[in-house]
Amino acid sequence: MHKDTIATIRQNLASGQYSSTELCQHLLERIAAHKDINAFIEVNAEHALDAAGKADERRAAGAAEPLLGVPIAHKDIFCTRGVRTTCGSRMLENFVPPYNATVVDKLNAAGSVSLGKTNMDEFAMGSSNENSYFGAVANPWDTSRVPGGSSGGSAAAVAARLVPATTGTDTGGSIRQPAAFCGITGIKPTYGRVSRYGMIAFASSLDQGGAMATTAEDCALLLDSMAGFDENDSTSIDQPVDDYSGELNNSVKGLKIGLPKQYFGSDLSAAIADTLQQAIAELTKLGATFIDIDLQNQHLAVPAYYVVAPAECSSNLSRFDGVRYGHRCADPVDLEDLYKRSRAEGFGREVKRRILIGTYALSAGYYDAYYIKAQKIRNLISQDFTKAFAQVDMILGPTTPTPAFKLNENTSDPVAMYLNDIFTIPANLAGLPGISVPCGLVDNLPVGLQLVGNYFKEAQLLNVAHQFQQVTDWHTKMPASIT
Amino acid sequence: MQWETVIGLEIHAQLATKSKIFSASSTEFGAEPNTQANAVDLGMPGVLPVLNREAVHMAIKFALATNAEIGKHNVFARKNYFYPDLPKGYQISQMDLPIVGSGKVEVTLDDGQVKTVGLTRAHLEEDAGKSVHDAYPGQTGVDLNRAGTPLLEIVSEPDMRSAKEAVAYARKIHSLVRYIEICDGNMQEGSFRCDANVSVRPAGETKLGTRAEIKNVNSFRFLERAINFEVERQIDLVESGSEVVQETRLYDADKDETRSMRSKEEANDYRYFPDPDLLPVEIDDALIARLREVMPELPEARCARFVSEFKLSDYDAAVLTADRATADFFESVLATSGAPAKLVGTWITGELFSRLNKDSIELTETPVKADRFSGLLARISDNTISGKIAKNILDQMWTSEDNADAIIDREGLRQISDSSEIEKMIDEVIAANPSQLAEYREGKEKLLSYFVGQVMKASRGKANPGQLNELLRTRLKG
Amino acid sequence: MAVDAKVVAQIAHLARLHIDENLVTEYASEMTRVLALAEAMDDVDTDNVEPMAHPTHAVQRLREDAVKETGQRDAFQAIAPAVEGGHYLVPQVIE
Ligand SMILES: [Mg+2]
Ligand SMILES: [Zn+2]
Repeated sequence: MHKDTIATIRQNLASGQYSSTELCQHLLERIAAHKDINAFIEVNAEHALDAAGKADERRAAGAAEPLLGVPIAHKDIFCTRGVRTTCGSRMLENFVPPYNATVVDKLNAAGSVSLGKTNMDEFAMGSSNENSYFGAVANPWDTSRVPGGSSGGSAAAVAARLVPATTGTDTGGSIRQPAAFCGITGIKPTYGRVSRYGMIAFASSLDQGGAMATTAEDCALLLDSMAGFDENDSTSIDQPVDDYSGELNNSVKGLKIGLPKQYFGSDLSAAIADTLQQAIAELTKLGATFIDIDLQNQHLAVPAYYVVAPAECSSNLSRFDGVRYGHRCADPVDLEDLYKRSRAEGFGREVKRRILIGTYALSAGYYDAYYIKAQKIRNLISQDFTKAFAQVDMILGPTTPTPAFKLNENTSDPVAMYLNDIFTIPANLAGLPGISVPCGLVDNLPVGLQLVGNYFKEAQLLNVAHQFQQVTDWHTKMPASIT
Repeated sequence: MQWETVIGLEIHAQLATKSKIFSASSTEFGAEPNTQANAVDLGMPGVLPVLNREAVHMAIKFALATNAEIGKHNVFARKNYFYPDLPKGYQISQMDLPIVGSGKVEVTLDDGQVKTVGLTRAHLEEDAGKSVHDAYPGQTGVDLNRAGTPLLEIVSEPDMRSAKEAVAYARKIHSLVRYIEICDGNMQEGSFRCDANVSVRPAGETKLGTRAEIKNVNSFRFLERAINFEVERQIDLVESGSEVVQETRLYDADKDETRSMRSKEEANDYRYFPDPDLLPVEIDDALIARLREVMPELPEARCARFVSEFKLSDYDAAVLTADRATADFFESVLATSGAPAKLVGTWITGELFSRLNKDSIELTETPVKADRFSGLLARISDNTISGKIAKNILDQMWTSEDNADAIIDREGLRQISDSSEIEKMIDEVIAANPSQLAEYREGKEKLLSYFVGQVMKASRGKANPGQLNELLRTRLKG
Repeated sequence: MAVDAKVVAQIAHLARLHIDENLVTEYASEMTRVLALAEAMDDVDTDNVEPMAHPTHAVQRLREDAVKETGQRDAFQAIAPAVEGGHYLVPQVIE
């Protein structure tokens, strides 16, 4: 039953094939058996089984919430009341929030059962999940490789069939890139579509929560319950939410898809380019047409991102000062010592590096040259998309330049690591929705295709991804070890 | 050498909202430490600010009251620095695009001269918490109840030339924010705090001297003393060949001096940037028009109306309109008592104010509210009681819930205006004082007041004084 | 723009981060490399481009002025490193 999708689980729970308790028990055993993947930071079996039992009772009493009894797991960036929330950091090693993130509240209200909190790069900063204080996560396809990041634990957990779906967050590709590396489906909605309240901030103007699962259909089912306006988040958009799962079976006929020439250049491995050509052929058969487009400032996305994101993070992470919560150094001699040592001990290397870069970019004398310049470039990148969407309905390209790389392969060079997100970052800068869908295997490692839609076109992205998954079987491929 | 003083003020006025600027916790003063600090105020991970509508409206009202420009497109910025009373490691404030642009206010100085002071800007921001330095040995305690309280920081041009001018300007702003009901003005509780930027330069020089900023002065008296001390200090420095250092200084009221706050001075690179958690605030003309409609009449307009409508002197009108509570009180009493404006005004600025002063309370806290005060004025104006008795009655009203009529009836204080009754008392007094009568009739007319006093005493103060005087003169003539 | 050890120290102080002596040069070279990425932007003429702080063009929604939360001090202070008498404690600050 661990291979069942949410769609199947819903049927099986409804028909009594198995109970939520049985399913959760089984998955908890799998999680325990696959500790080596290190996908979870926190597993609360007792808590989960209690919730599953209540879900079973509610179902017996006639309740029918959309995800009633469906097991999921939350990226450890979402605050969970009474359950430790670490954000992958020593800083929050013992942090138990007295409040829930809005996403957690919404998924609880939909009846889902949380099995635990998934591993992640510290404060969502990373593309390999090697920056977690709680250890690296192994890619279930090849445990010597990374699962991607920062939602690496979420992706690995789904790929290893430890849980059918997880929440993730995406600031520069942190849902899409690990989804691609782990052979699953992951969607980052339009900025503002999913509430950021209670989601620990990395870069506030880029962060967006989303869904990760084996299929587009499951992502739609999860997103149906996650998305929506939240009065506690000023950047949340007050606009009705589309019926994501209801639009999955629309026809793709007549759809115009843009192919940016910049996405098919030398940055892309030839093998991935091949899988994309096959995907294009499949979608053409489904009735989509393809148009070459020009995203001329694409090459500036990574440079702009590595100014904007660190700048915002340097400020967002100032609240971790050892005073009200979080790590505090032993025996501080004075206030400055308290701040400097608590933060130095609490944060890992990559987080400190980004805080320093961001502080530098905002400091007197450099603000215009770095921060303002990057915000202007951001505008140009956004304008490129606006022009493109005047011509096409969505944009197709690779999710990543290569399949999953080896653990430690990129840790010595931050810039090489940052270039992993070259295709995913533009959508974050512009605030557009993007989805990664499995589209092939290269050297027996999964690769993903990325679709970027116009604002609030999540339903369309999920629809196209679902239709693609009706005629392909890449999303059903599993790591060999899974039986 | 002749020196010229140049002063600009930054005033932090705490806006009188119920909840904080970015969270739904209470702004009530005086709660137990940290009981009014919620997740947003504490800067907990993942929580987000949402802007209070009322704070925005109050800032717009201030702009309307000072004829200032209103920023149609507003941006909140983060001012980054570490301090224990600043939970997020940044203060949400406004930098490039403040809600209130340049404006001006007219300030009446002691000598009656009117001076125009330019306003550079006023912006919205959140207050910090409070540190307690003496409660825990070797430790500082932090109370974040005040963190997130909305502030309007009002920045003036360096237009003041003396401590007195600076105080007059500060009082004017103090009166104005209370007039438009955006700040309670309570300086003891820190609702209205002044920072003074002070510099000196040789008379005739147009370039500004190096300034020092005196932080957080919370009384007008201290403001005047702090500036005067600072001006002397700077002149002494320059005259002795040293230089003024640009720095932040603190006024120590006990020692009556300012001293350097170097601890906060170092490395103030605040790294302002637009707060990504808050979107631009757009203010449209319709909102401004709606707020303009509900703006109270401002002091200048009200003063002019008091002169034309109630025939008050310029001086009386100015005193009665100096703050909104007084003017409202006056108009309410005037409307309900039927007493003439001059009488109402005199009773408010005289008897009422002296009692408030004695008890050190504000008009808003007066035990005798406008309705009861009006009842008293009505009885004075219809001659039921004399002014002298009215003062006694006011004393009794001050410490009880009784209204004037109840006291008058209970104590039989109704003024005696029946001539025959008064004549009867006059006759008795004359009969009892034959020698004084003789002296009077021999020309010692000063004794009239003696007889008035005696009859008043016999009437227990109730005889109508005008009538008594007239009747007594006739009777004494014989 | 090459970042040297002195700049690392200044920036680390602004960010209140203690940096181990023996890591300063490493941080300096890493910062230099990341900032060099940003130089690709220098060639683009952005004189007439507005800086974009938010990905959407939405405007700020305003909240009703109402008190909706009351003291949860105990819950919040249960996870605090040092509290006494309802106060958060830090090493003595001299003003
Ligand atoms: Mg200031
Ligand atoms: Zn201020």
